[in-house]
Parts: sequence; C-alpha cells; structure tokens
Amino acid sequence: MAAISRDEVAHLARLSRLAVTEQELDTFAGQLDVILQAVARVGEVAAAEIPPTSHSVPLTNVLREDVVINCLTREEALAGAPDVEADRFRVPRILDEEA
Amino acid sequence: MSDLTRLTAVDIAKRISDGDVSAEEVTRAHLDRIAAVDGKVHAFLHVDADGAIAAAQAVDARRARGDELGPLAGVPVAVKDVLTTKNVPTTAGSKILEGWRPPYDSTVVERLRDAGTVILGKTNMDEFAMGSSTEYSAYGPTNNPWDLGRIPGGSGGGSAAAIAAYEAPLAIGTDTGGSIRQPGAVTGTVGSKPTYGGTSRYGLIAFSSSLDTPGPCARTVLDAALLHEVMAGHDWRDSTSIPQPVPPVVEAAKRGMTGDLTGVKLGLVTEFGTGEGAEPGVLAAFNDALAALTKLGAEIVEVSAPHFQYALPAYYLIAPSECSSNLARFDGVRYGLRVGDDGNRSLEEVMSLTREAGFGPEVKRRIMLGTYALSSGYYDAYYGQAQKVRTLITQDFNQAFEQVDVLVSPTTPFVAFPFGSRTSDPYQMYLADLFTIPTNLYGGPGISVPCGLSDGLPVGFQIMAPTMADDRMYRVAAALESAVGTLTPPSLEG
Repeated sequence: MAAISRDEVAHLARLSRLAVTEQELDTFAGQLDVILQAVARVGEVAAAEIPPTSHSVPLTNVLREDVVINCLTREEALAGAPDVEADRFRVPRILDEEA
Repeated sequence: MSDLTRLTAVDIAKRISDGDVSAEEVTRAHLDRIAAVDGKVHAFLHVDADGAIAAAQAVDARRARGDELGPLAGVPVAVKDVLTTKNVPTTAGSKILEGWRPPYDSTVVERLRDAGTVILGKTNMDEFAMGSSTEYSAYGPTNNPWDLGRIPGGSGGGSAAAIAAYEAPLAIGTDTGGSIRQPGAVTGTVGSKPTYGGTSRYGLIAFSSSLDTPGPCARTVLDAALLHEVMAGHDWRDSTSIPQPVPPVVEAAKRGMTGDLTGVKLGLVTEFGTGEGAEPGVLAAFNDALAALTKLGAEIVEVSAPHFQYALPAYYLIAPSECSSNLARFDGVRYGLRVGDDGNRSLEEVMSLTREAGFGPEVKRRIMLGTYALSSGYYDAYYGQAQKVRTLITQDFNQAFEQVDVLVSPTTPFVAFPFGSRTSDPYQMYLADLFTIPTNLYGGPGISVPCGLSDGLPVGFQIMAPTMADDRMYRVAAALESAVGTLTPPSLEG
C-alpha cells in the first residue's frame, strides 16, 4: 500500500507554497512514497521512554551583553530586495480586494 | 602547470614568509590554473580575481612592513557558495538566489580574511547543500578530476574538485550529512567535519540547523588542521557555538605524522558490515588501510552500535523537517527571485510561483517531506520518533567511546559514480551518506582521508572521534597518510 497519495502530495505542495505542475505531482508522489516507506523504519525502534534529542550541544539561554552594536543600514538591508517602495520592502497584496 | 599550484598550504605559507615568492604570484598562479582547467572541471560558480589579487597584495605589503604573518597568510582558499561573502555573489547553488550579493561576511569568511588567506571565489554545490553529487546544482554539475564523466561527490563537490584539480590548495565546505567527507573520499582529498558547534554557522545559509557544520578541505591532513584552527572557535553570533578552546588539531596532526599509533584503539562498528554495506573494492582498500594502521601500533576493537542502522532513516526525517522550516525564508520579499507579481496576484500566489520557479526538484522533495513529517497526526510517528532515535545513536557513540579512542569505517559505500546513475531514484542517492550520517546526528567530528584506489578511483577512510576531541581523528588521519601517502589524479591538460 502506498504511504502517501497524489492528493496528499498536492496538499503538501500547497502548505509548502510550491505551485507544482501536474507532471511534478505524478513524479513526486511516487518518489515521496519510496522515501517515506524507507524512513518509516524509525518506527521499528522501541523508544517510548527515550527522551528526544533536538540538538547535540547542551547549551540553554545563550545571551550576550546588552550593548548596541553595528547593524545593516537601511540601504544595505534593501539592496537585495526584488521590489522596494519608499525605503521599504514592497509586497504583493496581502488582502482580498474589498467588494 | 606552475609548480606553485602543486604545493601544500604549509609550503606556500613558508615560501611567502621567507620571501621566496610573493602572495600575488601565488594567487596569479592559481587564477591561471582556474582559467586553464575550470572549463573542464566547473568547480567554481564565481571567481573573484580582483578581490583575490587585492587580498594577496595586502599580505605582501604587510610582509614588506615586517608585520608578523599568520600560518596561512597569502594562501589561496576556495569557499563553498553556501557561506556569505560581502558584496560577492552567493547563491547556495540555487536559482532563487541568483545574482544576490550579501551585505555581510559569514564568520568563517571573516576569520579567513583576518588570517590573511586569499579567497579565490565561490565553489559549486548541490542546491542548498542537498545532494551527494552536485547534480542538483542549478548551475550544472562539477566534474570529478579523476574522471570527468563521474560525480565529485556532494554537496561540496566544487570545493573538493577545486582542491583535487590544483585550482586551490585549501577550500571550505559544510557538512550536514557527509557533504565535506563524501566529496573528499571520491576526489582523493582530505575532508574534515569538526564537532558541531566547533565552527560558526553565522552566515551559513541554513539547511538543517542542528546538523550544519563548516569545515576544511585540503590535500594533506596537516593543511586541513591548519585551516581548521583558523576557522574554528567560539562565536557569540551563533548561539550553538561551543564556548571552549579549539582542540589542538595542528599539534595532533604533527604527532600523527611521526607514524606512531602505539596504544591507540580503533573501533570497528560491527553493524556497518551488515546489510547495505560497502562495495568490494572499497572494503578491500579500507581493510588494507586497517592493516597499515595496525603496523603503526594501533589496536582494532570491534564495537557494537545497534542503532546506526536507523541513522539514515532518522536523518531523512530530521534534516528535511528542519529544511522545510529554514527555507520558508525564501518568500520573494527580502532578497532573491520574485516571479508572477503582475499587480493582481496575491502574496501567497506570488510566493508559490516564486518558490516553484526558484527551487529545483531535490529541494522541493525535501521541503514537502519535512512538511509531512512535521504535520499534526504524523509528527509523533516521524519527526518525534526520529529525535528519539537520535538519542539512541548518541548513546551508541558514548558507549563505543568508553572502549575505543576513535571509530573507523569507509567514508562512503561506493567510489565516484557516473552522472545520472542515481538521480531517478532519490533514495539511491541518499545511500552515499550511509556511513557519514551517524556522526552528524551525534554531533562529533569526522574526517575522510584517502586510503587507496578501487578500479582507479579514490577510496576514503573515515575516522570519527568524541565531541570536542577533534585532535584524536587528526592524529590517526595523519598517521594513515604517512603510511599510505597522498593521491595524485590524472593530468587535466591536453
């Protein structure tokens, strides 16, 4: 049985903000199914009582001195932006047009 | 070909320091070499000739003034295109960052500049460091100097190939699941992944933040150790940077070069010998190297690491999960590509069209895989379970290091494979990192050093050490190098 369906892959693509083509959906569905079946092997390990590891470095609450340091200028920060307006990042509309 | 490009970093630094040659002559010799052979190898995405010559002239001026020069002053270095370089193009091998010039230097690059090394340019890589062959670079693959029809490893195939082709004596890579060590193995060069947190991730375009580790690539173990010392050390700008002194890797490499390993215990992982193991030619070269190490006084001890067999599956849940989150920043707003902004489409539509056009197939697969593994309903069975397996793999390492000083294995199961032979089935590509991934999950250091040939292609020997004991692996690696020598690829001329 497949671990993942074509419809599920379409849903994942939407969540991932990827406007994939119909042909890509066919390809990815098959490939992700093979990968998921392989990685599902982690389920064979009896690990109910084992704590998870998110990170190998045992550091918490890493803080620095509260002093002002140099940062990017506005020009530097905007220099790589695809679109700029009035010294700000310009974005496509984020709300539906009002009726 | 100029003899200057055949020298080790140690020799180049000494000749410059002694006044036998100028840093500018050394840099020009390497730029000439790049001009002569990179059309065949394609190790570089961007060559910064002007910046390199200016940096070399600065070293020459300092020497003329009588300033003290560091151990790598004037030595050229190539940098993987995943580390930011101020005002120098940085793409991470992706179309989504084509033409981007970062407004700041990564910490690693800043330290290279402070040490007086000369940055030649940026090297090719699989897109966002996801791959084992450079076939997933948006700018075309790098060709292995040993056989131009074969892969140079990945993701840092450009850095490894640049070293092997004498285009640079040193290079920087990054290793998330083997991206320094596997390219080192298949190009016959040395590739070292330091302890996670031992080198700064500031300015490293993130793929999997709990695993990404910058490290050195070189043609000799001592050169790698010198570069390691220059680039490593605590950085307040990376909150996972370890606030401890850099392990004494140069001293350890020099000790190893004496060829004495009396009393050193090498652990052979029983489980690596079962299941999807290494191909026969790789195993033969590995076993010859083990015999050579035994002659130097090392003792071989078999150790069990029962959870290593789950490292590859756990990695391909953890790394894609972190990647799906990290790559959300490529939204077509602050930098890089924007597609489909016609004044009518919504932000979400433009974002989806931009990411569709800007990302290649492997990056898309991993983003979707990670999104799946992190979804409610699947989280516990996939990402959560993989994190628990990571704990068990760490326990396996800790128990093994109670019995032995280092663990050893082949670096990769197979030698450089022909282009196109593993791209149709992504999981076949993933197997290239079978032996390198456990160390990334544990967080300790690992190094690949050439140990011989199989059918005329290089084989790598991997040495893994406990966290912040990077010096141990350099000692064993240098001893092995003293016994088996370095490898020289066929000529690229003609």
